[in-house]
Amino acid sequence: MIFPAQFEFLDEIRRFVGELARKSGFSDKEIYSIQLAADEAASNIIEHAYQDSSGGMLECSCGMEAGRLVISMHDDGKPFDISRVKEPNLKADLSDRQIGGLGIYLMRKLMDEVHYESKPGRGNLLTMIKRKG
Amino acid sequence: MEVSNQEFKHCDLLLVKGRVDSATAPQFAHSLEALTSKGRYKIVVDMAELEYMSSAGFRALLGSQRACRRYNRGEIVLAAVPSRIREALELAGFTELFKLYDDNLKAVGNF
Repeated sequence: MIFPAQFEFLDEIRRFVGELARKSGFSDKEIYSIQLAADEAASNIIEHAYQDSSGGMLECSCGMEAGRLVISMHDDGKPFDISRVKEPNLKADLSDRQIGGLGIYLMRKLMDEVHYESKPGRGNLLTMIKRKG
Repeated sequence: MEVSNQEFKHCDLLLVKGRVDSATAPQFAHSLEALTSKGRYKIVVDMAELEYMSSAGFRALLGSQRACRRYNRGEIVLAAVPSRIREALELAGFTELFKLYDDNLKAVGNF
């Protein structure tokens, strides 16, 4: 499924992954987590990979593989390696609390696996996996 | 997302409905800033009818909490937070930065 890389389409992206997760038998709590992780991933792509450009697309696929829900998002924007983003300090007090990095932290916490790869000329691929049960 | 505001003597009640994500968070942040720019720093955010909030909404809350707590002039508290949103707030370590109340009456009474 291809979506324009715009925040206005986050609702549709959440619906798309949510419906598949529901059909695959995930609980309401897990579906919320999956939708939140997908939203954070897509928001990140829209904000960072396509930061200075409009008209970019985000290709999202979602399916069950060996009892695991696999969500992948492909974009042709700038490489943005999430593994280099530092974990936010969640113990910091209000004045020191970081604004950035929270979305990626949530993705990692909500999903069982998060992978990222960027290949010159072939765009960026983010894959997130949630095991059932 | 829809936001409405009710002004009380000692605080403001901001009722946020629907979904707050990267698309709607700027409007949510603007609603909070509209209060702080008027010198209203004691704010209850009523989440009873909130279906969803991503980290974009959390950031809006964090930014305004900083403005409200400055000089001890007030704070943002959260009321009637749905369980899924509460879990995400806990995961993000936000439940240490905001007081949570079961309902808006108790939250308003805090001020």
